Amino acid sequence: MEAYVFSNLLVAALVVGGVVLARVVRRDRLWSEAMGELWRRRRGSILVVAAFVSIGLLDSVAWKGGSVVGDDLLASHEARTVVDRIFQGAKESSYSAPLASESFYGGEALADPGGHWLGTDLLGRDVLHRALKGVRVALLIGGLTSAIAIPLALLMGVGAGYFGGRFDDFVFFVMSTLASIPSLLLLIALIMALGRGTWQVCLALGITGWVGLCRVTRGETMKLRELDYVQASLALGVSHARIIVRHILPNLMHLVVITLVLLFSQLVLSEAILAYLGIGVSGSWGEMINQARNELSREPIIWWNISAAAAAMFTLLLAVNYVGDALRDVLDPRTLRETT
Amino acid sequence: MTAAIEVEGLSVSFPGPDGRQRVLEDVGFRIAAGEVLALVGESGSGKSITALACMRLVPKPGRIDTGRVALEGRELLPLSVPEMRSVRGAGLSMIFQEPMTSLSPVVTVGDQVAEAILLHESVSKRAARERVVALFESVGIPDAAARTNAYPHQLSGGLKQRVMIAMALSTRPRVLIADEPTTALDVTIQAQILELMRDLQRETGTAILLITHDLGIVNELADRVAVMYAGKIVERAPRRALLSDPRHPYTQGLLRSIPALARPGERLEEIPGVVPAPDDWPAGCRFSTRCAIAFDRCRAEVPAERALGPDRSSACFALEPEAGS
Repeated sequence: MEAYVFSNLLVAALVVGGVVLARVVRRDRLWSEAMGELWRRRRGSILVVAAFVSIGLLDSVAWKGGSVVGDDLLASHEARTVVDRIFQGAKESSYSAPLASESFYGGEALADPGGHWLGTDLLGRDVLHRALKGVRVALLIGGLTSAIAIPLALLMGVGAGYFGGRFDDFVFFVMSTLASIPSLLLLIALIMALGRGTWQVCLALGITGWVGLCRVTRGETMKLRELDYVQASLALGVSHARIIVRHILPNLMHLVVITLVLLFSQLVLSEAILAYLGIGVSGSWGEMINQARNELSREPIIWWNISAAAAAMFTLLLAVNYVGDALRDVLDPRTLRETT
Repeated sequence: MTAAIEVEGLSVSFPGPDGRQRVLEDVGFRIAAGEVLALVGESGSGKSITALACMRLVPKPGRIDTGRVALEGRELLPLSVPEMRSVRGAGLSMIFQEPMTSLSPVVTVGDQVAEAILLHESVSKRAARERVVALFESVGIPDAAARTNAYPHQLSGGLKQRVMIAMALSTRPRVLIADEPTTALDVTIQAQILELMRDLQRETGTAILLITHDLGIVNELADRVAVMYAGKIVERAPRRALLSDPRHPYTQGLLRSIPALARPGERLEEIPGVVPAPDDWPAGCRFSTRCAIAFDRCRAEVPAERALGPDRSSACFALEPEAGS
């Protein structure tokens, strides 16, 4: 199966999953009230995040064929995404300023004068196109890494907090060890060992990123385990596995959601740092910024490349943090109780 | 006749600085079906540990050392973990002290009670939910059908305790352990809950082990009383006999410290000091350090429990015929 088919199926699965999740949230009164409150507080930020997610999804739906402007033989045999198809305007040969009608060096006429809203880069690629393609990469880094780090953190944290004893000692040892290695060095070492690529970078970020949530869930589980309703469940003959699934995990969910949002922005930033060191994910904003760093010293300055990447990253992270901040207020059990 | 629950020679220990420290020593009692036994004592006397030991839920690193617990003739201590799990809730159920924290805040109360039913009986979800509504009605929750969808924080303390009782009774247990069921409630609500427990107990014939430090509650609910001090039962008697004619100096002290029985204007009598911690227990009678009538023998030897008449006994040297000098 070709990669683009897999990607399409994944998008379909994500959309279906999102709809199912929305229905579950809608049916559960506590969650639907919290989400309603979140929407009232942070409508703008939610819309920005939703726009970014839509772009990321549109950039993941791809198919072959279709018309190609300017006899680009290679392009007509590649699977191109919806975003690619929107930006299939003629390629330029090198830099051009935003909305310019001639190239930046030399002043030659452009193939698509005025058509590049954010200009073109060294290789003549449309900067807006690249910035938008970076959305998918950023979401992939944040999402995939969270998908690795959060289950790992929950498994270790809840296990350690609930059962204690040897397992707790082991988990605590691993956490302390990871925390005492400078995370950037560890990341570099892991990526060197695993090889470069999206999966590898996400795995490395995941391995270094789970400790924080694990620490929180371990502590919270220890607290919950001692509460009377866990004791009451034991007295009713409920098994440990069921207590964890029914009583511990739901009471940890608000922590997980908040951590997910905060972890996400932290991960996108970490990737930018990795890209700066030359070991990031290809196509990311970090890579754009890294490639653009020499352009800043040119005269006249080439500013649009780095600005586009930085602005896109800034907007996404600001919106995510705004939503995350409100989410923390909304999901805090104390405020929850006050609103009902 | 087999008792609903029979406990014999139960000892529980926790690891301490000098080896294992007994916190419960040689505790035994039996409760017949439909009977209420109150276990009375100050904080730290081992009442709650007794309850947890009957459920085999002694918190780690505690351990049951010796003894036996039999539920309607069935020995519980040798059971495997899954077997014990099926006994908990179904045969032997428990109500906790704190209704505020005994219910999970993120699950509706109806679902929590239904969970207990579904766990022990193979009934459909719908049938379980119908039972929950009926149970809520029987424990006097107004608007029961709607309340099953409420979350714990939407209910008052009294209603929550009613939910807890409904949960504990949902599987029709033979024995119900109530660990200070009304301590966290207002006085008016306390009376309602006690009345409810008495009614339900008459209806279902459940045996109740009532754990409390409140002699008022004992008077309301109990048939027989066992007084506990520092991990041991020091006196046992039918309720009326114990309240009107306490024999053991500790029981006498407890009764004298009830405000309602003291004369107005007079200073309330108290038992000096507090229950000593398990690693501080004196040799001889454990009450000897606080007892007003203790003599030399009390500090050297451990008094055994002796019958004082039909259905009553006490462990005190002062009550032995040859004592008194």
